[in-house]
Amino acid sequence: MDTSTIRSIKELPPEENMLPGTAACAGCGGLLTLRYCLKALGDKIVIVNAAGCFTLLTIYPFSPFRNSWLYTAMACAPAGAQGVRDALDILIKKGKLDPEENLKVVVLSGDGSAYDMALSSTSGAIYRNLDFYYICYDNEAYGNTGFQHSGASPFGSRTGTTPPGKEVPVGSQLQKKNLFDIWNSHKPPYIATVSPAYPVDLMNKFKKAEQFKGPKLFISHIPCPPGWGFDPSRSVRLAKLSVETGLWPLKESVHGEVEHTYVPKKFKPVEEYLKEQERFSHLFKPVRQEDALKSIQEMVDEYWKKHELLP
Amino acid sequence: MGKEMLTGNSAAAWGVRLAEVDYIPAYPITPQTEIIETIAKWISDGSMDASFVTMDSEHSMITAAGAASATGARTFTTTSSQGLLYGFEMIYTVAGWRVPLVMVNVSRGLSSPITLGPDHNDILAVRDSGFLQIHCETCQEVLDSVLMAYRLAEDERVLLPVMVNMDGFYLSFTREAVEIPDVEKVRSFLPEYRPEHAFFKAARPMAQGVAVLGGDYYSYFKYQMHLASQNALEIYKEVCDDFERIFGRKYEVIDEYMMEDAEYILVMTNSFSTLGKAAVKRAREDGVKAGLLRPRFLRPFPESEIKNALKGKKAVAVIDQNISVGKGGIIYSEMAGCLYNEIDRPLLLSFIGGLGGKNISQKEFEFIFEKMISASDTGIVEPPSLLYTESELEGITKLKEIAGKE
Repeated sequence: MDTSTIRSIKELPPEENMLPGTAACAGCGGLLTLRYCLKALGDKIVIVNAAGCFTLLTIYPFSPFRNSWLYTAMACAPAGAQGVRDALDILIKKGKLDPEENLKVVVLSGDGSAYDMALSSTSGAIYRNLDFYYICYDNEAYGNTGFQHSGASPFGSRTGTTPPGKEVPVGSQLQKKNLFDIWNSHKPPYIATVSPAYPVDLMNKFKKAEQFKGPKLFISHIPCPPGWGFDPSRSVRLAKLSVETGLWPLKESVHGEVEHTYVPKKFKPVEEYLKEQERFSHLFKPVRQEDALKSIQEMVDEYWKKHELLP
Repeated sequence: MGKEMLTGNSAAAWGVRLAEVDYIPAYPITPQTEIIETIAKWISDGSMDASFVTMDSEHSMITAAGAASATGARTFTTTSSQGLLYGFEMIYTVAGWRVPLVMVNVSRGLSSPITLGPDHNDILAVRDSGFLQIHCETCQEVLDSVLMAYRLAEDERVLLPVMVNMDGFYLSFTREAVEIPDVEKVRSFLPEYRPEHAFFKAARPMAQGVAVLGGDYYSYFKYQMHLASQNALEIYKEVCDDFERIFGRKYEVIDEYMMEDAEYILVMTNSFSTLGKAAVKRAREDGVKAGLLRPRFLRPFPESEIKNALKGKKAVAVIDQNISVGKGGIIYSEMAGCLYNEIDRPLLLSFIGGLGGKNISQKEFEFIFEKMISASDTGIVEPPSLLYTESELEGITKLKEIAGKE
């Protein structure tokens, strides 16, 4: 891959490595992220897919991918990647496989797997310095089972298992886990957060990651129309709003050193993002939950203050 | 190479070394650990050209093993007991991938209470997964079975993973004289793994383990696995013939001991069948026409061989080293299912013994033969019984007193 930085959307590679006609929901932000990631990664890859929404992209006998693909269970896609990577290496070393046939190994998982069930196998793979790419599409809940609470679900959100009610009007009372920092404490060569609304930023991060051998990790914040409750046509707008309100910082870490790759000139209030989604509607009606709204805004402000990036 | 004194564990490791395995993802658990330590040492000192990686759990280990196998590497892994159960989910998945992984399980009782001694609830828990299961009595059989397991698993008419089982402690740490086959001879028996079906290749994209929507497709794939497993019995005979021709040792899907004119038969598996064989010999001295049948395969289940071997016998006692809580012995149920439609079938008695490595004494075997003889005289079969002696009961009573529970 040409590793020079691209500057505009017009410079994105025109090749598509994922074909249309999948079973994903209309407006799926994850699918959009994946499309850009595959443009960046090329077709000489093998995807190791944790159980989740994207398991249903490949349904016998159809596949939308131009590359190879292997299903694993939710807890162990990084371990599957380990097996594939090690096997390719030893087969090439023993002369049983032409080095031309070498592949990049890519884990694809949702947040339920990445934040919760597969945390142990992910930690193991990073710790072993496995040479692989890890893409987490984070829609902040277990989307494939109908949107239940996951370790990625944000405070104040409604999910199937955190329904707002008389006793718990706020919905989820827990804060989203900080997966970026969990990964970063392992000091892998490269970690990035990305967004399908910022394809140039996304593409450049993959180009940058290319130079590193070892774990290359990407978390993409992705809107989920049925889970979040919004019109599929608004998907990119919501992805953009999560960045512009400061809720989803676009950043990267090289060997543990964190830098932000995009800082909004002026942060929009988080309410602009929250009020567009059914999963936060209980924060506004029948009564405004001022405390909850305030604490979400404060959490965002504190983050940017800590990084001295708040204008 | 000649004979050496090897434990069951080191015999397994020798099987892996001679099979020129490419890749070993590992995770330690007693009593299996000696296998991976032995392999790790050989890789470290250069006597084995393979890639070894310690994983973060058995769940990850089995996943990595299956994935490497799907990528085209000859792969080995091993576990025991709780480890096998921790990876249980991926046992089914890997079998469904139809990859020729070979895995040794060193049987150990399951928690709770936690113990180190063996019984077979661990391996029998994965009985229905699609893995073939070979159960070994001796250290030699462990080594030989690992080699035969690869031949069988990699045969394109089978393409199912194989589990080779041995008893923890009783076999894993028992030294026996084991013939270590010559490398060149092994190569002529087990050629390099050059899979047509596997290999993730840039030039030939492939999806493995894809979802199906609907029972028709699901049934189709599951039934294919079932047929492949059944194929394995016939193909195993070819493998055995080749093995005997090259190495001079003969293995069948069942092991028959003094069965020819026998009337009263013990059915046992694994290393405790050595005790059973000694009991058969003694019974013969007392004039009892005793014999022993040891299924080497539990999956696929060698139905027709077992039916043939038990034709015309008076009584059969199944000694299960496992307990399906709320039902009884698992192999007893399998045997009952196997013989049910036979018009001329022997009486079938059930005993549960050897749980957690508990010894089965000569007296207990005598008790079993008595029960078989009286059942055959009266036609009345007593309900299943747990082999537990008076002195053992006294022992536990004492412990209960100490614990203040009596």
